Amino acid sequence: MNDIVPAHTIGDYVPLVDGPEKVSGRAKYTADFVGLGMLAGRIYRSPYSHAEILEVDVSEAAKLPGVKAIVTGADCDKGFGVLPIARTEHPLARERVRYCGEPVAAVAAIDDATAKEALRRIKLKVRELPAYHTAQAAMAPGAVDLHKHRPKNIERDVYFELGDVNAAFAEADLVREATYNCPEVCQNQMEMHAAIADYDAERDRITVHASTQVPYYVHLMLSQILGMDMSRIRVIKPYVGGGFGCRTETLNVELITALLARKARACVRTAVNREETFITHRGRPETDVRLKLGMRKDGRIAAVECECIQRGGAHSGYGVVTILYAGSMLYAIYDLHNVKYLGKRVLTNTPPCGAFRGHGTVDVRFAFESLLDDMARALNLDPFAVRRANLLPAPPTFTDNDLMVNSYGLPACLDWVERESGWKTRRGKLPKGGGVSKGSISKGLGMACSHYISGASKPVNWTGEPHATVKLKLDFDGSIVLLTGAADIGQGSSTVLVQSVAEVLGLDLSRIRVITGDSDVVPKDNGSYSSRVTFLVGNAAIDAANNLKALLIAAAARKLEAKPDEIECLGELYRAGAQDKGLTFNEVVNEALKDTGTITVTGNYSTIPESHGGKKYRGAAIGGTMGYSYSAQVVEVSVDEETGVVTVDKVWVAHDCGKALNRLSVEGQVQGSVWMGMGQAMSEETAYYDGLLVTANMLDYRVPTIQDSPPIEVGIVESNDPHGPFGAKEAGEGSLAAFLPALTNAIADATGLRFNDLPVTPDRVFATMEKRARGRKTNSGA
Amino acid sequence: MARILQLTLNGRARSDAISENILLLDYLREFVGLTGTKTGCDGGECGACTVLINDEPRLACLTLAATVEGRRVDTVESLMSDGGLSAVQRGFHEKLGSQCGYCTPGFIMASAGLLRRNPHPTEDEIREALGSNICRCTGYVKIIEAVKYAAALHAVGVSP
Repeated sequence: MNDIVPAHTIGDYVPLVDGPEKVSGRAKYTADFVGLGMLAGRIYRSPYSHAEILEVDVSEAAKLPGVKAIVTGADCDKGFGVLPIARTEHPLARERVRYCGEPVAAVAAIDDATAKEALRRIKLKVRELPAYHTAQAAMAPGAVDLHKHRPKNIERDVYFELGDVNAAFAEADLVREATYNCPEVCQNQMEMHAAIADYDAERDRITVHASTQVPYYVHLMLSQILGMDMSRIRVIKPYVGGGFGCRTETLNVELITALLARKARACVRTAVNREETFITHRGRPETDVRLKLGMRKDGRIAAVECECIQRGGAHSGYGVVTILYAGSMLYAIYDLHNVKYLGKRVLTNTPPCGAFRGHGTVDVRFAFESLLDDMARALNLDPFAVRRANLLPAPPTFTDNDLMVNSYGLPACLDWVERESGWKTRRGKLPKGGGVSKGSISKGLGMACSHYISGASKPVNWTGEPHATVKLKLDFDGSIVLLTGAADIGQGSSTVLVQSVAEVLGLDLSRIRVITGDSDVVPKDNGSYSSRVTFLVGNAAIDAANNLKALLIAAAARKLEAKPDEIECLGELYRAGAQDKGLTFNEVVNEALKDTGTITVTGNYSTIPESHGGKKYRGAAIGGTMGYSYSAQVVEVSVDEETGVVTVDKVWVAHDCGKALNRLSVEGQVQGSVWMGMGQAMSEETAYYDGLLVTANMLDYRVPTIQDSPPIEVGIVESNDPHGPFGAKEAGEGSLAAFLPALTNAIADATGLRFNDLPVTPDRVFATMEKRARGRKTNSGA
Repeated sequence: MARILQLTLNGRARSDAISENILLLDYLREFVGLTGTKTGCDGGECGACTVLINDEPRLACLTLAATVEGRRVDTVESLMSDGGLSAVQRGFHEKLGSQCGYCTPGFIMASAGLLRRNPHPTEDEIREALGSNICRCTGYVKIIEAVKYAAALHAVGVSP
C-alpha cells in the first residue's frame, strides 16, 4: 500500500523557478535598488576617436556644490581585461583616448542633475591623432599604433594549415572562392548597464552590485583596479536583464563606480543610458571573410582555405579568443582534412568588441554555409545531400585539430528539418513572382547548419580548481538550499540546476531553493558564458546531490538497521525493501543531522584532459569543449521583387542539445537564438560617422519587432552525450549562426540572387535587383 | 516648481508633492519606489516602461507625471489578486513569455491593456498590440503563446 514514487521533472516543460518574481515586478535588477543617500554616478566620455590626453581639467566641476568625488585616469594606473595576457584597458583613459565615447572622468554627486552639470564643467585638452575606423585603415602602412605593445595594430595573427591544402585543391572537381562581409552587431540586451558600489570606510571594504554574467571576474578585476585584497570585496549579481555575451567580462561601469565610491567614501549608483550601453559595446566585430572551398563531384569537401579579418575595436577584450574560435570552429561539424586558416584581429578606434552569442563562429559559418549552397547548385546536388556527404565519423572521434566529439546529432537534425519543412516536395515548386499576372512575390526555401561548444574546457583563468563547484545545505526544516555562483541572466540556469538536484534526490522542486550571485554566500563560479553552465555546473549539481543522497541513505540505513545498499530512495520515502513502511524524508533528515548538525555537501566537476584541444598550432586549445551542440535549419522566405522587402514566413530548426533537461527552456533558448540570428541577418548593424556611433538607440539599431518575427518551430534532437548531465549539451547559442546562411540561401532559391554582405535590408535587395534588371536590359538590347 | 499630484495608483488614492518636470517613470521608480516598471532606453524606443493610464497602455518615459492628475495609473505591481498571479502573469510565467524578465512588465501591461479592451484577440491583434515593445530573449514566439493562454484563462474568469 505505497504509491510514493520519486518526483521527476527532467525532460518536462518546467516554468522558471524565478518566473513569479519576474512577472510580478518583484525581481530587482541593479538599477532597481533605489536608496536614500546613494550618490549618482556619471561618466564623462571622450568626444575624440584617437587623441593624446594633455589635460583633464576637473577643477570647475569640483567646485560645484554637491559634487562628492571626481575620478580620472590619474586615480588608477592598473589595467584590466578578461584575458590574463591582455589586461591593457584602463577604467578611465590614461595618456590616450582610443575611441569616441571612452570614459575619461567620472563624477559622484548628491543627485543626477548635479552630476550632469559637473560633467559639463570638465575640460579635456588633447592632441588629436589619426583615427582608424576600419581594419584596413588600421593595418595600412604608416598607421599609428593604438597600443605600443601591438605593432601595426594587429592584436593577434593566427595561421594554421592542417593537411595538404594545395594538393587537395588541385584534386577537387570544383573550386570556388568568395568574400563575405558581416557588419558589427551589438547585443542590445534589454537591461542597460548599471552598478552600485558601497564603500565601507570604517572597515575598508566594498560591496558592488553589478549587471554581469561573470561575478567572479568582476571580483578579480575590482581587486586589481582598486588594489584591494579580494577578501575585502563582495560582489552581488542581482537579477540581470540579459547579456548575450556583452557581460562576460568586467565592464568599465562597475570599475568606475567602485573607484568613485571609494573616493567619495560612500555608496554610488551609476545607471548608464542606452546610448552609453551601446558604446560600452562588446558586440560581434565587423568581419570580412574570404573563403575558398574545393569539392568533389559527390559533394565531399576536399579543401578549405579561410581568411578572416575582425575589426576588434580599441582594446583587446576577448579578441585573441574570438579570432581563434573563428578558425578552430571550422571543425567539429563536418569531416574536414585539408584546412588552412589565416586570422587577423585588428585594433581600431571604435568601441571594444567582445564575446557575442555564438562567439567567433557566426560570421565564418555564414560564409561557409553560403558557399556550400552555391557549390551544391553548381554541382546539381541537393544542399542536404552535400551536408550528409560531409558528416563526421560516428563518435567518439577527434577532429584534425584535436577537438573531442562524443555525440553528434547533426544527422538527426537534418532529417527533422527536411521532413517537417516539406523540403523534398516543396523546394523548387514554390510560387515565383514576375510579370503582372504572377504578382511580385517570390518564395524560396534555404537550409544551413551550425554548432557550438558547451563551455570552454579550459577557463581563461586557470587556477587548478575544479571547473565547477556547487554546495547544498540541508537543515532541520527539511529544505535544501542550492548555493551556486552560476549567474542566471534569464537563460534559466537556476531552474536547470534545481531540477538536476531534485531529480537525483527524487524530490519535488518546491523542496529546493536556490541562492546565486552573492560572493559572500555562494561558491565561486566562472560565470555564464560559452554555454558552460548546464554542462559543467549541471554535472557539479548532480555530484552534490549524489553526495547528499549518500549521507541520507547512510542515515536511513542506520535508523532502519539495514545496509545502505538495501535502502531504496523514493524521494519522500526511504525504505529497506518493498515491505518496509520506511521513513519519511523529514525523519531521515532528523537522523542524518544527529552526526553533524546542519549538513553541507559539495559537488564538483572537472573537464577531462582529452577535451582540452590540441597543440598543433598556437591557440589550438580554443574550441575544446566537453560537448558540441548541433543545429540544422530551414527558412522559408517571401521576397517582394518590386520593393526588395524580405519576409521570413517560417523557420524550422532542429537542435541537438544532447538531452532536453527542460523542454520549455530549450525551445525558448533555440527560438531566441534563431531570432537573434535573424536580427543580424536582416536589419541590425552599427554605424559610425567619423568614429561617432550613430546607431546608439533602438530605432536606428533595428531590432526585429513582434510584427517582423516569424513562427519558429523547434525540433529537439537528443543525442545523449556520454559526459553531459543526464546526457545534456548546450541549447542557447548553437542555433544562432545557421539562420544567417539559411536566410540568404532561401533568398537565392527565391530570386537567384546571392547576398554575401549583411544585413539583407530591403534597400540592399532592391539595389541588387535593379542592377540585375539593368544588366538584363543591356544584354537583350545588345 | 512643485505641485501636488493626485491620482489613483494601483487602486489607491495618493497625493504627492512632485516637481512639474518629473517623468511618470521617475515618479514611479524613484519617488514611489515601484521599480517593477523598467527603464530600457533613452525615451520611447522599447516599451519596457509601459503602464496603464485609465486602462490604456502608455509609455511612462514619455509621460509627465503632472499629466496623470486625477487618473488611474496601473503598474505591473497592481495585477496580482489574492496574492496570486493574474491571467497575463500566468501566461508569461507558464509559457516562458519571460526569460530575463526585463521587458516583461512592459509586455504584461500592454497585454493586460489589450485583454481589457479585447478579451478575445486574434494573433494579428496580439502582434499589433505588442508591436512597440522590444524583447531580446524570446523571439516573441512564446510571448504570443503566453497572451493566447492568458486570453483563455481570462475567458474562464481569471482577471487579466
